[in-house]
Amino acid sequence: MIAESGVSFVNQWFDEYWLVLITKTAIVLVFFLVAPLGVGYAEHKVLAHMQARLGPMYAGVFHGWAQLMADGVKFVQKEDVIPAAADRWVFSMAPAVALVPYIALFVVIPFSDEIFILNLDVGIFFVMAITSINVIGVLMAGWSSANKFSLIGALRAAAQLIAYELPLVLAAAAVVMQAATLSMIGIVEAQDRYWFVLTQPIGFFIFLVASLAELTRPPFDMPVADSEIIFGAYTEYTGLKFAFFLLAEYGGIVALAAVASVLYLGGYLPPPLLEFIPDPLWMAAKIGALSFLIIWLRATYPRLREDQLQRVSWLTLIPLALAQIMVVGFLKVAF
Amino acid sequence: MAVDEEGVRGAQGADADASAKARAVAPRNEGVRDAPEPGSATGLGLVKGLAVTLKHALRPSITQQYPQEKPDLPPRTRGVIALKQENCTVCYKCSRECPDWCIYIDAHKETHEPASGGRARSAKILDRFAIDYALCMYCGICVEVCPFDALFWSPEFEYAEYDIVELTHEKEKLEEWCYTVLPPPELEVGAEESS
Repeated sequence: MIAESGVSFVNQWFDEYWLVLITKTAIVLVFFLVAPLGVGYAEHKVLAHMQARLGPMYAGVFHGWAQLMADGVKFVQKEDVIPAAADRWVFSMAPAVALVPYIALFVVIPFSDEIFILNLDVGIFFVMAITSINVIGVLMAGWSSANKFSLIGALRAAAQLIAYELPLVLAAAAVVMQAATLSMIGIVEAQDRYWFVLTQPIGFFIFLVASLAELTRPPFDMPVADSEIIFGAYTEYTGLKFAFFLLAEYGGIVALAAVASVLYLGGYLPPPLLEFIPDPLWMAAKIGALSFLIIWLRATYPRLREDQLQRVSWLTLIPLALAQIMVVGFLKVAF
Repeated sequence: MAVDEEGVRGAQGADADASAKARAVAPRNEGVRDAPEPGSATGLGLVKGLAVTLKHALRPSITQQYPQEKPDLPPRTRGVIALKQENCTVCYKCSRECPDWCIYIDAHKETHEPASGGRARSAKILDRFAIDYALCMYCGICVEVCPFDALFWSPEFEYAEYDIVELTHEKEKLEEWCYTVLPPPELEVGAEESS
């Protein structure tokens, strides 16, 4: 399963199997718990400034940097309410099912040709497979809550994920065809002459739009449309379980921004003439830039209607993605 | 039933036709923008939207951080009603006009013998002037009605209390607020000077 290029930095430190396993797990968990906090804080601040506000200013004294930690403490203190009519086990399992796929996704994100956890041969395939598990958590949450708003939200989420999984996979497939590898590091290394965003700008656009829908972020947030269905599948959740769903959302932003940087923006590769800045910083910068874009879109666009959402996917994105694959295929054979 | 409906429609039909004609002749409402033609979407609007949010993000925010920073209030702010005791003649106009009777006035009459002899002069002396801000609805009628400019709007607003009883403020407090009244703003360009 492990591709040849490079050795993970953890494997360079230790030889013991268990030591390597524990260290890698710890690194992934810490990254997963820290990076979404950064994105969440950025969302507070960027949204606020785009609306001519300041956002959080008190927690942690300096510009409210500790706001999300304070929120975390608040969530822990809250009562864990399970509705009387709810299906207890499914209700309690749902946040975990929604959260774990995004943790697992970070395993294959490379931050340099040595800083990665696993270099799977089927890297991007693994990413696509595991992101679609998230919706099962949302469906479980919606169904087990015994609440009509939850159910409507969950079904909207399922319909949305079915519609947008396809353009996401098709766009990634075009990149895989050009790179001729499924490995994440392999795809990054294939971009050492030019980034794939230059050859597949339409694919990049499709991937971004589809990731927004995957994450149910505005303007594609009908599954949680608060003005219509309260908070969709998460309506009945409180305390830590609700925090898990939030963490999954922000973890998802980091994860899909990372995948988009790997596929289209050359991952950890620096742009020409800027090689003196180390690779991991470039990866972080690209994730940050794409996360900013996702927040920016939230600040700008209103929510689409459910039928508009389906039209965008089936009538625009999927045909475009298929055409993209055909063009890449022809060019691949021709040259 | 059907006949009734027909009759009603017939009666209204003439009006409807006339208004339709009037609409056809009348010029388009200038202020109302047309809905975009279907198929004319270029995506330019989406980019413009992004530009707007980015422009606001790059500008300094307009938030005033209240407890640390006092708000910058306009001169006509209706914060609290202040009393200039010196100007009050105890005419009771304010307390009588007050819609919810929140102004309490007590006074007594004093007579002064003039030094040069003649009839004694009487003056009303204000003993109590209090406004119950738990009742006051900030309509400003008392300020409007005061014939001698004894009542003013002050922009002061930080007078919350822990007990509703404490919200009845006596004339000493009202006098204090008098010194926070802002000078009236300059007239707008083209405004008529009152005589």
